[in-house]
Amino acid sequence: MKAALILLLVSASNVPYARAEWQLNMRRGVTDISHSIFDLHMLIFWVCVAIAVVVFGVMFWSIFHHRKSRGAKAHNFHENTLVEIIWTLAPFAILIAMAIPATATLVKMYDPSDADLDIQVTGYQWKWRYQYLGQEVDFFSNTITPSEQINNQAPKSEHYLLEVDNPLVIPAGKKIRFLITSVDVIHSWWVPDFAVKKDAIPGFINESWTNVPEPGIYRGQCTELCGKNHGFMPIVVDVRTPADYELWLAQMKNRKAEEQSSAQQSMSMEALMEKGEAVYISSCAACHQLNGEGIPNVFPALNGSLIATGDISQHIDLVLNGKTGTAMQAFREQLSAVDLAAVITYERNAWNNNTGDKVEPAAIDELKMAAKQ
Amino acid sequence: MSHETYYVPAQSRWPILASIALFLLAYGAGTLINGLKTETGNIGLVLVLSGTLMMALILFGWFRHIINESMEGKFSPQADLSFRWGMSWFIFSEIMFFIAFFGALFYVRTLAVPWLGGEGEKGVSNMLWEGFVAEWPLLTTPDMQQFPGAKAVIDPWHLPLINTAILISSSFTITLAHHALKAERRTAIVLWQGLTILLGITFLSLQVIEYAEAYQELGLTLHSGVYGATFFMLTGFHGLHVTMGTLMLIITWLRVLKGHFTPDNHFGFEAVAWYWHFVDVVWVGLFLFVYVF
Amino acid sequence: MMNTMTKVSHTEHHGPASGLGRWFFTTNHKDIGTLYLWFSFTMFLIGGCMALMIRAELFQPGLQLIQPEFFNQMTTMHGLIMVFGAVMPAFVGLANWMLPIMVGAPDMALPRMNNWSFWILPFAFAMMLSTFFMDGGAPNFGWTFYAPLSTTYAPPSVTYFIFAVHMMGISSIMGAINIIATILNMRAPGMTMMKLPLFVWTWLITAFLLIAVMPVLAGVVTMMLTDIHFGTSFFNAAGGGDPVLFQHVFWFFGHPEVYIMILPAFGIVSEIIPTFARKRLFGYSSMVYATSSIAFLSFIVWVHHMFTVGLPLMGELFFMYATMLIAVPTGVKVFNWVATMFRGSMTFETPMLFAIAFVVLFTIGGLSGLMLAIAPADFQYHDTYFVVAHFHYVLVPGAVFAIMAGVYYWLPKWTGHYYPETLGKVHFWCSFIGVNLTFFPMHFIGLAGMPRRVPDYALQFADFNMVASIGAFIFGFSQLIFLVVVIKTIRGGSPATAEVWDEPHGLEWTIPSPAPYHTFSTPPEVK
Ligand code: HEA
Ligand code: HEA
Ligand code: CUA
Ligand SMILES: [Cu+2]
Repeated sequence: MKAALILLLVSASNVPYARAEWQLNMRRGVTDISHSIFDLHMLIFWVCVAIAVVVFGVMFWSIFHHRKSRGAKAHNFHENTLVEIIWTLAPFAILIAMAIPATATLVKMYDPSDADLDIQVTGYQWKWRYQYLGQEVDFFSNTITPSEQINNQAPKSEHYLLEVDNPLVIPAGKKIRFLITSVDVIHSWWVPDFAVKKDAIPGFINESWTNVPEPGIYRGQCTELCGKNHGFMPIVVDVRTPADYELWLAQMKNRKAEEQSSAQQSMSMEALMEKGEAVYISSCAACHQLNGEGIPNVFPALNGSLIATGDISQHIDLVLNGKTGTAMQAFREQLSAVDLAAVITYERNAWNNNTGDKVEPAAIDELKMAAKQ
Repeated sequence: MSHETYYVPAQSRWPILASIALFLLAYGAGTLINGLKTETGNIGLVLVLSGTLMMALILFGWFRHIINESMEGKFSPQADLSFRWGMSWFIFSEIMFFIAFFGALFYVRTLAVPWLGGEGEKGVSNMLWEGFVAEWPLLTTPDMQQFPGAKAVIDPWHLPLINTAILISSSFTITLAHHALKAERRTAIVLWQGLTILLGITFLSLQVIEYAEAYQELGLTLHSGVYGATFFMLTGFHGLHVTMGTLMLIITWLRVLKGHFTPDNHFGFEAVAWYWHFVDVVWVGLFLFVYVF
Repeated sequence: MMNTMTKVSHTEHHGPASGLGRWFFTTNHKDIGTLYLWFSFTMFLIGGCMALMIRAELFQPGLQLIQPEFFNQMTTMHGLIMVFGAVMPAFVGLANWMLPIMVGAPDMALPRMNNWSFWILPFAFAMMLSTFFMDGGAPNFGWTFYAPLSTTYAPPSVTYFIFAVHMMGISSIMGAINIIATILNMRAPGMTMMKLPLFVWTWLITAFLLIAVMPVLAGVVTMMLTDIHFGTSFFNAAGGGDPVLFQHVFWFFGHPEVYIMILPAFGIVSEIIPTFARKRLFGYSSMVYATSSIAFLSFIVWVHHMFTVGLPLMGELFFMYATMLIAVPTGVKVFNWVATMFRGSMTFETPMLFAIAFVVLFTIGGLSGLMLAIAPADFQYHDTYFVVAHFHYVLVPGAVFAIMAGVYYWLPKWTGHYYPETLGKVHFWCSFIGVNLTFFPMHFIGLAGMPRRVPDYALQFADFNMVASIGAFIFGFSQLIFLVVVIKTIRGGSPATAEVWDEPHGLEWTIPSPAPYHTFSTPPEVK
C-alpha cells in the first residue's frame, strides 16, 4: 500500500510536467531560486526515502524472520554502546550534508538588494493591491471566478479560482523587489513558480524578490488564513518582455488620466446602476451578499438598512473611509470616483432601497481630492 | 523516602463543585466582557459574582477540610512531600506565566519597535509609519490617534524604589517569622508575619497610588501603546499575585494565632512563604526591566 | 456530608461507590482514568465528525455542503478539539490508570486535585462548543488563532474561547503537577528512576513540558483578551506591538505542545514492542536521554512554524538547524524499537499491530517533518496540504494509534476480559488502510500547491481530494468497530490472567485482572 504510493511519487517526480491535472510533485518553477529549492526538495526527499528503506527494511526483515510462528527464539541482548553511538552520529552527518545546500539557498533568497523595480504588495480582505513605487501605478486585483461556478450552477472554467481582473504585470529578466504588507489581517503572497511566499503583516513590511526569465502567466494564492474568503484570493502574475511591459505601463498611466476626466462627467441613473451592480458584485457582495441581506450578526444587511436609506453623506463617508475595527474597509483608494459613485447609487436603489438618490462622480472626486491634502 | 500507608482521601464533592464555580466564573466573565461592547448582558455580572462567591466558599471549605485532616495527623511525611512538589511546580508554572509577558516586553523593545522606527532588518516597515521614531520608553506611538502615548513614564527612583525596598524587606521578615516558627517563639512569629502582611498591604497601596498617578497625570494607560500595555500587564499581574499572597499570609497568620503549626509540621506556612519569595523575585525583574532600563 | 467521608478509614479496602456519585466525586485514579478516556473518545467523535464535514466539502471542487464561514469554524474547532479534547486527555487518562500501578503507588499523589483536573474539562469544552450557537458563530481563525484575525477581526465568541483555553490550561497544569508528584514521590521502595517503565519516564517529561508551556498559552490568550477588550496593543503595530509577537508566544507553547502529544505515545510503544517481541527493550537508558533531548530541543525550535513570516536570516538559520537536530534523538528511538524487534520472538496481537504501524507511519510523518524543517523548502511547503499530511501522520497514525495500542494492551487488565482478537484486527486493518488513503494523497496535493484552510480548490487538485475524502470516511467509520470492541470487552469475554500476555514486564502484570479498585495499599517490593 505505502510502497505502491511511494512508487507513484517516485515515478511522478521523473515526469513533473506530464499532466497538469495529476501533478504529484512540487513544481520546479521558473526562477533560479525555485530551481534551487526544487533540487533541495528532491535531495531531501531521496535521503528520506533511503532512510525509510533501510529502517523499514530491517524492521520488516525481522518481522518476517523473527516471528514466534516461525519458531524464532528471543535473543537476550538489550544494549550495545557502539551501535548506539553509530546511529547517533550517522544521522547527524546526514543532517549536516543537508544543511549545507539549504543554507546556501536560504542566503540567496535573502538578498533583495539591487532591484530594478519596487512593487508594494498589500493584502486586503480579500484582494491584493499592487503599487509600483515611483511609477504612479496603483491598482487592485480581485478574483473574477463567478459565484455560479463556485456554487456549481455553471461549469468551472480552466483557471477556476485562479483568475483575477487585473494581474500583476512585471518585466521578464529584471529583479523585482516586493514590499509585502497588509491593511487588515495577515495574508501571505505565494506564487509557486517563483518560490516566493511571504506573509503580509499589517503594520510591517516584508521584503522578497524574484527575477523571472521567461514571459508567461503565473498563478498563485493567498496562503495564510485571512477570514471567510481566504480560499478566494488568487494571485496572477503576467510576466511580459521589457518592451511590452513599458507599453503596459504607459497604458496604465493613460488610463489614470482618463479616469480623472471621466470623473468630471455626469452620468445617467441607468449607467450608474449598471456600473454599480458590477462593482457591488466584485467589491461588496462577498460580505453583504448579492441580495444585500448580509449575514446576520457578522456582516450587516444593506437592504432596508439605515445606512443605505438614511443620511447620504454618512453612507458616502462609510464607503470611502471604512469603519476601523471591522471588516468594512476604506474604499477611497480602492475604487475610482466613478465606481464609488456608481456603487453607492446602486446600494441606495437596489433591492427595496428605492431612495431615488443619485451620486455624481464629481462629488466623490472632490472628496477624494480633499482627503489627499 | 518512607512508606507509611499513604492517605488516599475518600470521595469528595469539592472538586466538581469547584469546577462548576469555575465554569460560572468563566462563562460570566465572557458574557460580562462581551457586554462591555454591546451594552447587554448584566447576567454576566451576576454569573461572575455568584461564581466568585461559590469559589470562595468552596476554597474555604476545601482548605478547612484539608487543615482538619492535617490536624488529625492523616498526612504522612510522604504526603507532605507530595504537597511540596505540588507547590514547587505550581510556582514554576507561575514563573512561566510571567515569562510570557517578559518575553513580549523584550520582543517589542528589541525588535518590533526598532523595526517600526526604521532600524534593523525590517526597517523598511517605517514606510508605513512616516515620522515615527523608535524610542523606549515608547511615548510617541506609530499611530498617536489610535494609541495616544503617555506624557511621561513613572520615575523608578520614587515609589518603585520604595516598593522594592518594601518587598525585599518583607522577604526577610517572612524568613524571620519562619525561623521563629521553627524555634517555637510564638510572639515573634505573630509579629514578624504581621509585619510582612503590613508590608504587603503597603506595597499594594503604593501600587494603587502609582496607577492613579499614571492614569490621571501621566496619561499612561492600557491604551497608550505597547509601553502601557506591557507595563500594566506585568505590574498588574504581579499586583494580583501580591494580593493573593497577602490573602494567603493573612490566612496562615490566623492559623498561627490558632496554633495550627508545629516546628516540624507547618507546610501551609512554608508554601505561603515560598509564594511570597516568588512574587518578590518577580518584582525585582520588573523593577529592573520595566522601570529602570 | 464531609464528616461521613473523613470517617471512612482508607487503609481498608472498599470498592467503588454506587451510582453517578461514584464518577462525580471520585478520588480513585482508575475511575478518573476511565472518565478521561471516555471523555476523550467522545471528543474524538465530535472532532472527527467535524473532520468528516471538512472532507465531505472537499470531496469535489465547488461549494456543496457548507459555506466558507462555517468551513473555517469546522477547521478551527476540529483542530482544537482533537488536540485539547481528544489526544491530550486520552494520554492523561492512560497516565491516571497506569502510572500509580506502574510505580507501585496506592493512587495519584493528590487524588482530589486529580478529580478537579478532570471535571474542569467537560465544562471547558461545553463552553467551547456552545460558541456554535452564539452570534457570529464559533471561532473561525484556525487552531493557531493568529492575531489580528483572532482579535480585531474575530467573532464575539472569541471571549468565551479565551476563557475556555484558560480552563483547559488550569486543568492540564494541575494534572501535570499531579503526575510529576506521583512519579517523584510515590514510587515503591526499590523503584529507582532508572527502573521506571518508559511510559512513566515519557510522562514525567511530558508533564514537565505541560507545566512549562501551558502558562505561556494562558499568557498569550490573556494578551488577546486585553487587546480585544481593554485597548492594549500587543499585536497591533499602530501602538508599537506586532502581530508576529503573537506567533512567537503561541509557538513557544505550540511546538512543545506537539511533543506533549507524542512523547507519551513513544512511551506506550516502548512498553508494547518488548512484550510482543518477548525481549527487553533495547537501549533503555538511551531512550531516556533521547526523550529528554527531544524535550529540551522542543523549546528552541518554535520558529520553524514561522519561516515565511519575515524573519532575519540568522534567526531562520538557527531555528532550521535546531529543528533538524530533533531527528537525531528521535532516530535513536526508532532504531531502538527496530533493534528490540530484531531477533525477538514476535507475535502480532492487535496492540503490536498498532505499535508497528505507529513506528512506520510516525517515521513517515517525522521524515516529512524533517523536510519541512529545511527552511528554503518550507517556503514552498508552508501552509499547504503537505503540512496537513505531515502533522496528521504524526498525530493520527502517530498519537492516536499509540493510544489505541495502549487501550488494547491494557484493556484486559482494566476489565478482566480479553478483547475479541479478530474484531481488534479488523479494526486495525480498516484503520490502517483508511488512514493512509486519507493522508497520503495530501502529500501530493500539498506539493502540487493546494493551500490549507480553504473550502474550495482549483481543478487540478480534484482527484486526490476525492481519494482523501473516501479514506476519511473509511477511517472514521472504522472507529465504530473500536467502540464495539471496547463495549464488548467491558461486558464480558474470556477471563484474562494476571499476566495477560506472555511474560510481560512491569508491576501492572503482578496484580489480578481486572485490577482491584485499590492497588498497592502497601507498597510492593521492587527488586
Ligand atoms: C505529534 C505531533 C508532531 C510531531 C511529533 C512532529 C514532529 C516534527 N515536526 Fe511537526 N507539526 C505538527 C505536529 C508534530 N510534528 C503539527 C500539528 C504541525 C502544524 C501546526 C499547524 O500549523 O497547524 C507541524 C508543523 C511542522 C512544521 C511547520 C510547517 C509549516 O507550517 O510550514 C515543521 C517545520 O519544520 C515541522 C517539523 C517537524 C520535525 C522536524 C519533527 C521531528 O520531531 C520529527 C523527527 C522524526 C524523524 C526525523 C523520523 C525518525 C528518524 C529517523 C528514522 C532517523 C534518521 C533520520 C534522519 C537523519 C533524517 N512540523
Ligand atoms: C490529534 C489531532 C487530530 C486528529 C486525530 C485529526 C483527525 C483527522 N483530521 Fe485533522 N487536523 C488537526 C488535528 C487532528 N486531525 C489539526 C490540528 C488541524 C489543523 C486545524 C487548523 O488548520 O487550524 C487539522 C486539520 C485537518 C484538515 C485540514 C483542514 C483545512 O486545512 O481546512 C483536514 C482535511 O482533510 C483534516 C482531516 C482529518 C481527518 C479526516 C481525521 C480523521 O482521522 C478523523 C477520524 C475520526 C472520526 C471521523 C470520528 C470517529 C467516527 C465515527 C465514530 C463514525 C461515525 C461518524 C459519523 C456518524 C459521521 N484535519
Ligand atoms: Cu488572504 Cu488568505
Ligand atoms: Cu513544531
